[in-house]
Amino acid sequence: MLSLRRPGLLGLYYLVLLVLLYVPIGVLLLFSVNDATVFGFPLHGLTGHWYKDMLGNAELLESLRSSALVAVGSSLTATALGTLAAIALLRFKFGGKPGFLAVALMPLLVPFLILGVALLILFAALDVSRSLWTVAAAHTVVSMPYTLLIVMARLVGFDTHLEEAAQDLGASYFYTLRRVVLPLIAPAMLAWLVAFTVSFDEFVLASFLIGRSPTLPVFLFGQLRFANRFPQVLALAMVVMLVSLSLVVLAERLQRLGTGASLGPPEPAAETGS
Amino acid sequence: MDQNKPPAVELVRLAKRFEGSEAVREVSLSIAQGEFFSLLGPSGCGKTTTLRMIAGFEVPTSGEVRLLGQDVLHVPPNRRNINIVFQNYALFPHLSVFDNVAFSLQVKRVPAQEIRRRVAEALSMVRLPGTERRKPGQLSGGQQQRVALARALINRPAVLLLDEPLGALDQKLRKEMQLELKSLQREVGITFIYVTHDQEEALTMSDRIAVMNQGQALQVDDPRSIYDRPATRFVADFIGTTNFLSGRLRSREGSLATVEVEGVGDVLAPLPTELSPGRTLTLAIRPERMHLGRVSGDGPTNRVRGTVAEIIFIGDDTQYFVRLANGERVMVREQNDAPPAEGSRIQVGQSLTVEWAPASTTILLD
Repeated sequence: MLSLRRPGLLGLYYLVLLVLLYVPIGVLLLFSVNDATVFGFPLHGLTGHWYKDMLGNAELLESLRSSALVAVGSSLTATALGTLAAIALLRFKFGGKPGFLAVALMPLLVPFLILGVALLILFAALDVSRSLWTVAAAHTVVSMPYTLLIVMARLVGFDTHLEEAAQDLGASYFYTLRRVVLPLIAPAMLAWLVAFTVSFDEFVLASFLIGRSPTLPVFLFGQLRFANRFPQVLALAMVVMLVSLSLVVLAERLQRLGTGASLGPPEPAAETGS
Repeated sequence: MDQNKPPAVELVRLAKRFEGSEAVREVSLSIAQGEFFSLLGPSGCGKTTTLRMIAGFEVPTSGEVRLLGQDVLHVPPNRRNINIVFQNYALFPHLSVFDNVAFSLQVKRVPAQEIRRRVAEALSMVRLPGTERRKPGQLSGGQQQRVALARALINRPAVLLLDEPLGALDQKLRKEMQLELKSLQREVGITFIYVTHDQEEALTMSDRIAVMNQGQALQVDDPRSIYDRPATRFVADFIGTTNFLSGRLRSREGSLATVEVEGVGDVLAPLPTELSPGRTLTLAIRPERMHLGRVSGDGPTNRVRGTVAEIIFIGDDTQYFVRLANGERVMVREQNDAPPAEGSRIQVGQSLTVEWAPASTTILLD
């Protein structure tokens, strides 16, 4: 039977995929604990001092802080705007919806290089000096399409009768939003995590719009010139990865929470009715 | 009906147009307080749209909705003293049964202790006590249905709207719930407006029925009258089974008309209104009112000849399809109330007479 042979081929494919995905990361991990500034074998013994150096590198930590600030700010803004836009698009009647959606999703299609230049010119024309604020604004623009699409997907699969039922039971629009709509689209708040990631590792826009204090990707790019500092960068990369991984796990947990399926054990009460 | 009480719901020439198509055309109805009223019709007949206009989810294109004598056209759904049970129940999946049922009380900030008491009361009314902490997803379809009922009734609305609430249940549970809904309605004394496409369901439960088609209320009457005296061919066809014969009015004698059915002969039928001879019309006769070759009672009888084309044995009754001289087939339903005598069993191909009382004939003008 065909289905019996398939797992073998699929298994092989999966194995290749895993190797391609994780070997490079494994190599990073390896060199972040290797006691040498040269990348190559043989290895020179285990060390933790790149991690210690990293923690002592004020510039690096400063850029990490900048990135975190920009990512938190832009992702929260993008999630709020995306959620509002999704509710407007799917729950209210107004003209020009296709145009509205097209404009909202445009940043997905415009190359970051062009968007970066455009924003740079715009900010210059408006006499806004470059700073983390300008980077955050740009990141909000490019991550909003993601949040909009994710929240829209959740709203589409959401029975509009639920909102009508709430209204029918006397709830005002805002009560309905707070008690019914927002809790039910809460899993879509993983959109926030997506927006956070989009911002956190974004390089092109940041390099155009950054002021005096660089974000992490911009700083790392600058560090590539100094070979002796490179292992620190690897150490940081490992830390960042660990944080990302925890966020993904968190998002997954949130998603399960939202379905309400596994909230506490079912009550052991006896079957009643019917 | 108490004349002093205003009707629970009154629709005055209510109409709704959706992008060119007319969903509801000038429906006027008056539904009394405490009545079990059904809107019955095929899908797309405008019954759900009518219900949604009463609830306030759709704004009428023209006409009025009055609730207890008050025009509620500009009252939003959350301020109308009406509750609705949706077809899919629309229970809040993230809230427990308690919070679902308590929702309208929580909106109104009723004290917690009173909420607890009334929720317990409502749940025992629908025979689901002790399920407060469960989630809707952990309940069966029938149980969810009861929770939806409890949630809608806890506020004692003036009117409860039900949009095909039994549609998702299996046949057996449906029958049970029909009786239960009816007795629940009698118990709470709230006006029920029930939307369904199932004629049997409407006949079983309703005090009165409005039969709807293509956005119009064709007939509003009690189940018995709708069944016995359908106003239009559609109503006669939609409710139960009906034989139709087309004919022409020949003459009248008092309230009895003689109608000539071409190729078949003359048929007597009560005349509903003044009609001039020569008018073409349709005769409707229920299969169970027709009999094979035997006179039923005294007085004049309609008697036409035909040939048995098919016999279908159902169990409690038998359906005979008889081809008349004009080529049309009529169905005659005979109850199997006694075992057939040997040798007298009717055979396919047999020639016989079909008989029925003039009073069992309804004249339709469309």
